[in-house]
Amino acid sequence: MKAFTYERAKDPVAAARAVAGRPGAKFIAGGTNLLDLMKIEVEVPTHLVDVQDLPFDKIEQTPEGGLRIGALVTNTDLATDERVRRDYAVLSRSIVAGASGQLRNKASTAGNLLQRTRCPYFYDTNMACNKRKPGSGCAAIGGFSRQLGVIGVSKSCIATFPGDMAVALRLLDAVVETIDAKGKTRAIPIAEFHMLWGDHPEREFALAPGELITAVTLPQPLGGKHYYEKVRDRASYAFALVSVAAVIQPDRTGRVAFGGVAPKPWRVEAAEALLPQGAVAVTAKAFAGATPTKDNAFKLPLATRALASVIAQAKA
Amino acid sequence: MKFDTPAQTNPIDKMAVVGRPVDRIDGPLKTTGTATYAYEHREAINPAYGWVIGSAIAKGTLRWLNLNEVKAAPGVIAVVTAQDAGPLGKAGRNTAKLLGGPEVDHYHQAIGVVVAETLEQARAAAALARVEYVRAGGQFDLVQALATASVVDDSGKPSAPEIVGTFDTAFAAAPVKLDAEYTTPDHSHAMMEPFASIAVWNNDELTVWTSNQMIDWGRGDLAKTLNMPKEKIRFLSPYIGGGFGGKLWLRVDAVLAALGAKAAGRAVKVTLPRPFMTNNSTHRPATRQRIRIGASLDGTITAIGHESGSGDLPGGGPETATAQTRLLYAGANRLTALRLAVLDLPEGNAMRAPGEAPGMMALEIAMDEMAEKLGMDPVAFRIKNDTQVDPAKPERRFSQRQLVRCLTEGAERFGWSRRNPKPGQARDGRWLTGMGVAAAFRNHLNGTSAARVHLDASGMVTVETDMTDIGTGSYTIIAQTAAETMGVPVEAVSVKLGSSDFPVSVGSGGQWGAASSTAGVYAACVKLREAIAQKLGFDPASALFEGGFVRSGNRSARLGEAAAQGRLTGEDKIEYGELGKTWQLSTFGAHFVEVGVDAYTGVTRIRRMLAVCAAGRIINPKSARSQVIGAMTMGVGSALMEELVVDKRFGFFVNHDLASYEVPVHADIPHQEVIFLDEADDKANPMKAKGVGELGLCGVGAAVANAIYNATGVRIRDYPLTPDKYLDKLPPLV
Repeated sequence: MKAFTYERAKDPVAAARAVAGRPGAKFIAGGTNLLDLMKIEVEVPTHLVDVQDLPFDKIEQTPEGGLRIGALVTNTDLATDERVRRDYAVLSRSIVAGASGQLRNKASTAGNLLQRTRCPYFYDTNMACNKRKPGSGCAAIGGFSRQLGVIGVSKSCIATFPGDMAVALRLLDAVVETIDAKGKTRAIPIAEFHMLWGDHPEREFALAPGELITAVTLPQPLGGKHYYEKVRDRASYAFALVSVAAVIQPDRTGRVAFGGVAPKPWRVEAAEALLPQGAVAVTAKAFAGATPTKDNAFKLPLATRALASVIAQAKA
Repeated sequence: MKFDTPAQTNPIDKMAVVGRPVDRIDGPLKTTGTATYAYEHREAINPAYGWVIGSAIAKGTLRWLNLNEVKAAPGVIAVVTAQDAGPLGKAGRNTAKLLGGPEVDHYHQAIGVVVAETLEQARAAAALARVEYVRAGGQFDLVQALATASVVDDSGKPSAPEIVGTFDTAFAAAPVKLDAEYTTPDHSHAMMEPFASIAVWNNDELTVWTSNQMIDWGRGDLAKTLNMPKEKIRFLSPYIGGGFGGKLWLRVDAVLAALGAKAAGRAVKVTLPRPFMTNNSTHRPATRQRIRIGASLDGTITAIGHESGSGDLPGGGPETATAQTRLLYAGANRLTALRLAVLDLPEGNAMRAPGEAPGMMALEIAMDEMAEKLGMDPVAFRIKNDTQVDPAKPERRFSQRQLVRCLTEGAERFGWSRRNPKPGQARDGRWLTGMGVAAAFRNHLNGTSAARVHLDASGMVTVETDMTDIGTGSYTIIAQTAAETMGVPVEAVSVKLGSSDFPVSVGSGGQWGAASSTAGVYAACVKLREAIAQKLGFDPASALFEGGFVRSGNRSARLGEAAAQGRLTGEDKIEYGELGKTWQLSTFGAHFVEVGVDAYTGVTRIRRMLAVCAAGRIINPKSARSQVIGAMTMGVGSALMEELVVDKRFGFFVNHDLASYEVPVHADIPHQEVIFLDEADDKANPMKAKGVGELGLCGVGAAVANAIYNATGVRIRDYPLTPDKYLDKLPPLV
């Protein structure tokens, strides 16, 4: 870990200004991902701006009939909120499918969205990684890639976004609200928040330097039956091989998004329109153009089978 | 005490304390966080902190090593590399050097240690080392390396296959036969407590607090490495947060703490961060095993062959995965062979039940496959081929072998009769369900073990031995043994372990610890009884020790009276004669597992598990049960998820942390049951006890695999059994 300076922000604009004005500065909230990465010098911030005192810890109704989730609401509080459990069960289920109770107590809503990939080569600083060190190459390509991406990846990087909560947020068409150093606010649709790697896998989120997440808003509830099917080798405390977030309506239409397969939560609206035709039709469309490796080609049939299980449950 | 004839009736047989489920006497310390682990000792004043620099390549040399920035970093006190350390020895128990450079033998081999005022400073400074390597080609591919590997014996010396009868012709002639290949991957010990040591010098005397299963080995090997007399080293390891064989050896933490402390002129603490442990230390080597079994139509095995190949660094040894096949089943014609390839991966070495653990993972699938070919129940097939003698030397009988009872009682208890022998038939909603069975087998090993026992005037008994408690319950069973022999309650016994100040014990490993260390304590207690009897004027042969008193005829005296003028001490060791050669000492069991396999995703979840164990006298059924359920959990890990993945381009284990090397969590292990058969093996030792901690692992993986087969009809011979290996063979989607 490199030595760093630390300050505790008093208000959002000051926090944004503190990070924007200083190369190498970063926000810290729960720190469940950032501190681990700092210890192995994958992350080497020179200055940390702690945002945990900011007033972003509430879940409120919006005038539009949705919910506005403060950026600092913990994963535990979000997953157990009565309104979330009733109206956005897929979100609650996705959160409790991730991490452990202790981590969910500490982790924040914004931090969860901003978690870094779990590619093992990203974690090992002896290995080439375009995301960690732009231009150094990608040791994962041609290496061990069982957990890595099958679609939306690039010649520079085949990592995935590893989270669960974001997959449900993508399904729900959530919006990420931010504020910058000048006090200007912005609303970013979740579909545009996580970026595909392309030639710049070091660019992961659609945020400007110092831009601070203040809340995530959910539109009106969708109704229907909510599912988060997470497939993993062990029963808990493991990242998804493949996950499926779905809301299925009584007429068998619905929405579906996949986790563990791409640089971002993977939702193809044209594919989910085929839900009444069954899982094979949906995944054929959703994963058209996939570029799996030998190690992770199984994720394609696994995604189909996981979605089939959800459709079967919805019928039952 | 020489143990060379079967044990007669002795004070242990009373079983007033031994054999009882006594709570762990170190339990309150563990649960309140007050047991002092290696990195936590405060006796070393004002310690500095060492951080290890590891090699970034698997094989080659250091072209140059620039440490200027490291040395100039804040708080840095000293930096030690192989060049600074001067000539170091290497103990025979270490394959690779613990401090590498200029040659590098494996990824993350230590090439230096940075000592600073704080851990954070040492860590930050270590990252400033500028190293340029010259990479050399290495062999990292086991399949390729085995193509030219030759046959070795268990110790790695050139050898020939071990043949009984005429295997080839008998196998060829068998009407029913199996010839299949099985693979097991490299495994990581993944123990909770990382490697850690604190070292402090006082002139030429060195004290090391560490985490090590074998005090005397570690002390001697550290002396050899540092080229100093063993007597000048105190080696202390009172509490150990798990080892599983990874801490049998002297490792980097102790060596670099000692070298760092010398260079810094003060105490130095060194621990290894989790992501560094896997490639820096040892692991259970991967195996490729070929099993051939031939049988007559009635299910009698006529030929059994087991060959296993594994790899290690030059000078290393094989994974002895064929060990159990020599002894577990009858059969007139037999072949076993080990092949050892040279690999440039980190050092392979012992992990819980070395040999039998991966060997049984293969053999017990093969037995399941054979039973199916024969149209026999897998329990019945195993019973049919039971043997009460060493099949290669029929004059050698097993001292005690109740495998058949383990299988039959286990089948009864588990509800085995409800299993549908036709696979892929049972369904519970989305889950395909199935049951699997495997035999459990692990040899029992005896070893010399010494102890010293004091009695003071209050009647308190204090035991001292360098035996270790690696989470197994050694403190408790040693207290029970002393309490039983001296006729006092457990509360009147104080146990001191894990110090080179104490007599040399057998240590912890190979499931040899419990039986031999308590036998050594028993021997010392017998000496103390003699001293007490003499002091109080009793006949040692007829005096009864019970309830804190010594009695003979009408006379009795409080035990403490014997120490009224000063404490009395008994010291002795247990030594073994030829009984272990005359008789085959082994432990047996049966594992039953029920699984559910998700018909959609292929994910396997354990539903329930049962182990029936026959392992001689169980000294403490509570701690023994803990050992067995822990072992069963490890077996589930080996079946379903554990695999160190080799990057064959760069030559290292890629998934070198606990996020990516998955071991079971609570949610994976819903229900476990353990039954111990009531046994006492008089050929084993005066305790009439044998090992059990590794028996609980041997066979579990295969029982899981067989249950998956029963559930799905898909036979996987390549561990771990993850969904990607059989997804395409599951029932099609409707």
